[in-house]
Amino acid sequence: MSWFRRKQSAESAKERLQLVLIHDRTDLSSEELNEMKDELLQVISRHVDIDREAVQIDLAHDGRTQRLVADIPLRSVTRRRAG
Amino acid sequence: MTAQVVTISSGKGGVGKTTAVANLAFALAADGAKVVCIDGDIGLRNLDVVMGLENRIVYDIVDVIEGRCKLRQAMIRDKHMPELYLVPAAQTRDKNAVSPSDMKRICDELRLSADFILIDSPAGIERGFRNAIAPADRVLVITNPEVSAVRDADRVIGILEAEEKHSPALIINRLNPDLVKQHDMLSAEDVLDLLGIQLIGIVPEDEAVIVGSNRGVPVSQDPKSRAGQAFRNIAHRLKGEEVPFMDLDKQSGLWDRLQKMTGRR
Repeated sequence: MSWFRRKQSAESAKERLQLVLIHDRTDLSSEELNEMKDELLQVISRHVDIDREAVQIDLAHDGRTQRLVADIPLRSVTRRRAG
Repeated sequence: MTAQVVTISSGKGGVGKTTAVANLAFALAADGAKVVCIDGDIGLRNLDVVMGLENRIVYDIVDVIEGRCKLRQAMIRDKHMPELYLVPAAQTRDKNAVSPSDMKRICDELRLSADFILIDSPAGIERGFRNAIAPADRVLVITNPEVSAVRDADRVIGILEAEEKHSPALIINRLNPDLVKQHDMLSAEDVLDLLGIQLIGIVPEDEAVIVGSNRGVPVSQDPKSRAGQAFRNIAHRLKGEEVPFMDLDKQSGLWDRLQKMTGRR
């Protein structure tokens, strides 16, 4: 019966734990995280033009340290300046 | 002589704290160290029966704290090891009979006359756990390669960090190398990667552990047991010796493999 196994269970265990531990450690639910992302983007767009579609903001862990990793591409303004 | 106070903790119950304490204690004592074990699980006394000392209890830790006896009188000497003692938990009291400062006082009294004081922490992260970690120089967090146990271990590690306890070390207990090979159990590397603390030992799943606790003779006394070897290795590492980690793949002998092939196991 093991021939018909779906995705191997150790892998799902690890993926699920990675998420749950980040939320446990930061005490931040995914809803709160989304809310925070929106607010961050609002503040940033007040100052620069950003490419909202390409934005990536996520929690990552490195050993026991959590970090918020944001990759926010800015729209180029060089053309406007040149003109 | 100043003892090292080592607390074994897990968050989740049933992952092997008591077994680990008994095994490490026997392994250390067999190597000539003077060891005192303290059962920190007030109301759910267990270390006595795993060590085979349940019939010798006269006084317990609450009797010491409340002044009904001297610490010396509550220390039960092991049947086989002259330098191994147990201070049993009270069975009929509530957890609030003991405080973190009581635990510190008891350990301070023992420090000068022992090499190791091993404290068996209760499950959970409440009072009993706080009592158990209060006097610790070192905390060993024990877990199984299983989602609930890893999550609870992470909570305990988080609390220890917040308390600024010397960084805890991890024991991964009941690892089944065959399941890991089939990718149906988290590997030791997975667990380490998730929890992000240093490793002090990996103990393979081993039926001899149950046989040992049935008899009240921990498996670290059995030279043939793989789990026993793993616990002896951890004991050496506690003493600061460098011991390579066991190769768990070599676990099954030819006979085991033949039985597996013919479907008898």
